[in-house]
Amino acid sequence: MANDPHSQVVMIDLGRQESLGSALREAVDKFAGETCLIEADRERENHRLTFRQYNDMSMRLAGFMQDRGFRAGSRAAIIMTNQSRWPVSAYAVFYSGGVLVPLDYKLTAAEQLAHLKHCHAEVLITEYHIWRAITQCDGFPDLSIGTVIVTDAPKNAEMQGAIPWDEARSANEPVFIPRKRSDWACIVYSSGTGGRPKGCVMTHDNYLEQCASLTALYPFWPGVRYLSILPSNHAIDFMVGFIGPFVCGATVVHLRTLRPEFVRESFSRYKITYVALVPLILKNLQAGLQARFDELPPVKRFVFNLLRAINKAMTKSQPNLDLSRKLLKQVHEGFGGELRAIFTGGAFSDPGMLQFFYDLGIQVGNGYGLTEAGTALTLNDFKPFRADTVGRPLPGVELKILNPDPDGIGQVAAHSRTIMSNYLDDPELTAETIVDGWLMTGDLGRFDSMGHLQLFGRVKNMIVTEEGKNVYPEDIESAFEGLPVKEFCVFAANYIWPERSMLGEKLIIVLHLDDEKVFDETLKQDLISRNNRLLNFKRISGYVIWDEEFPRTASMKIKRIVLAEQIRARFDRQESLKEL
Amino acid sequence: MRTIDDITGEILTLASTHFKVDRENLSPQEDFFKSLGIDSLQALELLTRLENHFNVELPDYEVQGVSDFQTLAERIQSRL
Repeated sequence: MANDPHSQVVMIDLGRQESLGSALREAVDKFAGETCLIEADRERENHRLTFRQYNDMSMRLAGFMQDRGFRAGSRAAIIMTNQSRWPVSAYAVFYSGGVLVPLDYKLTAAEQLAHLKHCHAEVLITEYHIWRAITQCDGFPDLSIGTVIVTDAPKNAEMQGAIPWDEARSANEPVFIPRKRSDWACIVYSSGTGGRPKGCVMTHDNYLEQCASLTALYPFWPGVRYLSILPSNHAIDFMVGFIGPFVCGATVVHLRTLRPEFVRESFSRYKITYVALVPLILKNLQAGLQARFDELPPVKRFVFNLLRAINKAMTKSQPNLDLSRKLLKQVHEGFGGELRAIFTGGAFSDPGMLQFFYDLGIQVGNGYGLTEAGTALTLNDFKPFRADTVGRPLPGVELKILNPDPDGIGQVAAHSRTIMSNYLDDPELTAETIVDGWLMTGDLGRFDSMGHLQLFGRVKNMIVTEEGKNVYPEDIESAFEGLPVKEFCVFAANYIWPERSMLGEKLIIVLHLDDEKVFDETLKQDLISRNNRLLNFKRISGYVIWDEEFPRTASMKIKRIVLAEQIRARFDRQESLKEL
Repeated sequence: MRTIDDITGEILTLASTHFKVDRENLSPQEDFFKSLGIDSLQALELLTRLENHFNVELPDYEVQGVSDFQTLAERIQSRL
């Protein structure tokens, strides 16, 4: 794919760019007449913009922001669902030399408010329903933010000082503010523990380097259509569904709903070339396909299975897209007939699922990365396809395994120009995480003889869900405050009993009951009721009854590492862990 | 005019049919992820069924964080 005749020739020269602002500026000029953005919602198409129209919208917003004092280094947060005004706003920020803070719309309003305060945003661009929820938070009166611009506001809505999107324009031409590669481009929040926000400061160099290495492997060009399902604040979508396609003149199709039936339809409606998905959505697509295969009459099923087996044999050493499209025509036409690859990341993917798609001739670019490292550190290069690994390091990425055990497994450390500069206002955490220029990933892995990275679990007490959400046990413990037990502690089950797997990660609660108490139905219902108040991906799924005092520090904090060791030494996972 | 109980009852019936779960095993305050054994994407599938049934349109964000039938019914009622 890297040798595609369309590629490289037309994309702008990233090596000459100093910032995302300059790269986007050159792209909108070079590809002015090409379609740049399509925003779809169910069967409707809300917007279709050329690069020229995109530029015009961004410049109106940039002019408005600059009129209100937005300048080099100013910080602007965007909190939006998946829609075209996200990249319009982002370009206005970069053009004006600002620092973008892409926040997750799925966070609670209180979490969004905390991040807005932590990053000292001067501008917020968001949707009305999100803004309304933020204004209803207890800490809202303390929020100091100069300009709030809101989309999708109903007529006569109470704006609480915000400006409707359509009014955020200026008669003045905005000024392009150049930035250096080492300047801050974004502050990206990663899940932190105990209310300690982790704002990863990413430079323009981080992103330009990442973009160069990814587009070398997976090129875009005018005519390519990327389906954006993940929100643009997601590290993968920011790069693969915004910066990457835009600097190559490709089209991004934003879908404003995640409903599986509309996701499926979009592939054929828009003749999609690439899409990035978290494993949960990929699993849903797999289930839909499998259901269709199961419904085939016996003879057709026999023929289909035969063709799939032929495709599998013929593509064992390397993919052959043309052949796969011929052999399994109906499957590929179901995806629009032009799909070249699906990217997945953000959470661990089941190798069986990846193999399922590969056997159908659909390449899933499975990678590994973390917020602190930009988009990706490794990616499967299909030389040959390996479902059981997360691929080889991307160009420019060095990885090493720290203190490997006899099986070669140890913590993965990374060194690359794509790794963040620091955590915002947290030198202590930065020093713990980046040691002598190497990023401590907190993940356990080893390299196989072909140089592929295989992952085996985590050093950290945390889980990553199939939706790509990082959940730290400490952050959900408040939901169980007041539980009638002597003490309790939430853990990632694999932290207590390492399983050498990244699949099926779950949270559990360890309960130390009051003397003479037993775990009865009342306590169980109390536990369930508190658990149900958490968002579904944050819920615990089991419990362990422990009969000793928890080890604690002088300040009475639970010594989690010691407690985990004690439980591991005395209790077997199968016998002690009960389903909730 | 449908009451909140009417709407909740209709949701329970639709959910039990769509996911082939016994109607008697579902109750309004229950967590539907658990009682139906579904993930967040399957919950969105149910939402489309509900939209068609009640002839309303619910943006995905309206049901973000909703996990019980009763609250779902309230969100639908507010758009009827």
